[in-house]
Amino acid sequence: MKEKLLSALTEALQIEGREIALEDVFRDYEEWDSLGRLSLIAALDEEFGLQIEDKEFEQLITVGDLLTVVEKKATNQ
Amino acid sequence: MALLKFNNVGIAGMAACVPENTIVNYHYTSNFSAAEAKEITDKTGILERRFALPGVTSSDLCFAAAEKLIADLHIDKTEIDLLIFVSQTPDYRMPATSILLQNRLGLSMQTMAFDLTLGCSAFVYALSVVYSLMEKSGFRKALLLDGETRSRVYSAKDRKTAFLFGDGGVAAIIERGEHFGESFFSLNADGSREDLIKVKAGGYRYPSSAETVAEKVIDEHGNIRSDEHGYMEGADVFNFVLREIPPDIKRLEAFSGISFSTLDYYLFHQANDYMNGYLAKKLKLPVEKVPSCIARFGNTSSVSIPLTIVSQLQGKLAEKKRAMLCGFGVGMSWATAFINFDQCFISDIVEI
Repeated sequence: MKEKLLSALTEALQIEGREIALEDVFRDYEEWDSLGRLSLIAALDEEFGLQIEDKEFEQLITVGDLLTVVEKKATNQ
Repeated sequence: MALLKFNNVGIAGMAACVPENTIVNYHYTSNFSAAEAKEITDKTGILERRFALPGVTSSDLCFAAAEKLIADLHIDKTEIDLLIFVSQTPDYRMPATSILLQNRLGLSMQTMAFDLTLGCSAFVYALSVVYSLMEKSGFRKALLLDGETRSRVYSAKDRKTAFLFGDGGVAAIIERGEHFGESFFSLNADGSREDLIKVKAGGYRYPSSAETVAEKVIDEHGNIRSDEHGYMEGADVFNFVLREIPPDIKRLEAFSGISFSTLDYYLFHQANDYMNGYLAKKLKLPVEKVPSCIARFGNTSSVSIPLTIVSQLQGKLAEKKRAMLCGFGVGMSWATAFINFDQCFISDIVEI
């Protein structure tokens, strides 16, 4: 799940030439913006079949936070 | 569940009118840098939009489309017994714009005329209302007008919405005829998500005041708008569409007994190319069966589905075709229909 999410996030934000890590604050990525958010929504739907609405998403700070929510939602499906 | 089936009612012809005034998004740089304009344009796929000039309203666009269609189809205006005008940008708060159009078009005073105020789902909703009324024997012909000047609703200084919306008006004549066969509709509403797309002030809950028209910076990105501008929470709208639209299509498939994959065309509300492209991919639809006019006209709210038909399917609906129409947006409100087109005339697009 972790590798799949890191790969999905890297692709969604078109991050090139570096690895991303769980402790990264993803909003600090220079590639992060509202259009990147749309790409992440599509990636989460395509790869995991789930949605994270704004209210919940706003609480997420790091890539690790995102992974925790994805794992929780994927388990509950 | 709001699932409806109709027999032997259909669209005999359609026309559209757009403003001549063309906004090229790559050059829409009064409030944004060229790099920002390029990034947003490339992502949304909206290259151009049409903006009505000052003084031109949704009803002007619909009037021109209606006159064109009535002339092209040689319609006797005395046979139009029903007129519905769809818009969230009407001429006045009262009276209803449909009534002004009854007079302006020279229709009989014995015409049933009223407005329907929904957004991106409205054409499909309105079609279900027209089909419902037309299925009875009382009305001879119905004129459905759908117009929007969304360019005036959103702030030009809010990058979330400044590059998306455009103006247009359409007209459709609906008749009875056995060749139209069966049609099916699914209609939905979720008011718990009223805050996803909204113009907060200017109605009676938050009346206009000096404060509501004052522009202010609304986020850390420096976007600027007033409470009388529209706003959109784009991310949650996308989440909403991914969650609600595929199940609605499945509901209609089960209700109608028609296999979704056998349809000739899939006509979606034109929101933005990224979202529409992903939705089509998710539903495994072949590109050639998903007509789009988003690049030329942007998001025209309720007008976008019929404008896609008029701009992309002229001459292609003369022989029988079964299509899905799917509108979704502000409310939240969403509607899906499977309808037949047969001998449907499409006029050339009018520009004013």
